[in-house]
Amino acid sequence: MLAHAIFFYTFSFIAIVSAIMVTVSKNTVHSVFFLILDFISISCLFIMIGAEFLGMIMLIVYVGAVAVLFLFVVMMLNVAQQKNQWFSAQESSKHIPIGLIVSVIIFFELLIVIGGWKYKPDLVSAMSLTIDQEITNTHSIGYVLYTDYIHIFQLSGMILLVAMIGAIVLTFRQRSGVKRQSYFSQISRERSDGVELIDVESNKGVKSDD
Amino acid sequence: MINIGLGHYLTLAAIIFTIGIVGLFLNRKNIIVILMSIELILLAVNINLVSFSIFLNDISGQIFTLFILTVAAAEAAIGLAIIVVYYRNSSTINVEKIDSLKG
Repeated sequence: MLAHAIFFYTFSFIAIVSAIMVTVSKNTVHSVFFLILDFISISCLFIMIGAEFLGMIMLIVYVGAVAVLFLFVVMMLNVAQQKNQWFSAQESSKHIPIGLIVSVIIFFELLIVIGGWKYKPDLVSAMSLTIDQEITNTHSIGYVLYTDYIHIFQLSGMILLVAMIGAIVLTFRQRSGVKRQSYFSQISRERSDGVELIDVESNKGVKSDD
Repeated sequence: MINIGLGHYLTLAAIIFTIGIVGLFLNRKNIIVILMSIELILLAVNINLVSFSIFLNDISGQIFTLFILTVAAAEAAIGLAIIVVYYRNSSTINVEKIDSLKG
């Protein structure tokens, strides 16, 4: 129990500090690095609490795909050099107090909800998908995911497909002035297009047109 | 303090959610950081769902976390594609300068 507490406080401290660093960091590349650290510490929490499959999936999807995508875009757009001056722009300074007030209000509302929350008495009997302690976490997710939630599962596949097509369509562009090979015109070229046979009389030579 | 319960995880999720909201409001410079703040908010929601799922002994919270993960990945891909196209057109992704809608 003590080890659980120590690990929880360590990982949650790292997660909170890196989340703060994501927002306040001046360099966007540093923000992406701290986002990766945040995801890793939260997935450690997930693995520790008993959701091993989700922790590993978080590592693969977020750290392996999303954060690297962010990193690619940040490096590609060359915004790392443009310094991210905080509180400096005159326009933005009037958003800051209101934003802070709204954030603090949201935080205290969440704390009130957490503090004053309790179980509904008949909740436990209403649950049907209880976690079986005999089988692993991945097994128990798989038993439910492909039976009870199969339609939502396929729908999420459709969402991914639409996102992939949308990203390709958005970023695809036809450049003008780029020389390309045209296989069709190369293959369909006839002998008469390139070669001309001329009968040359002796002592006259050939008069070239160009 | 030693017994880590549901309340600890919910408080952690609330703190990360609030940091994400602060990042949304206060970052007026770079639109990529705003996308990262949205990722933080979705992460906080995932923490809530997983901790409820574990402490209530019900697997469906983890299933919904999987779907949130899917939607978050799709949203990040589309958002970054839009940012790339915008940068190509106007060569800035500064939040202060994106005001063509005059909002």
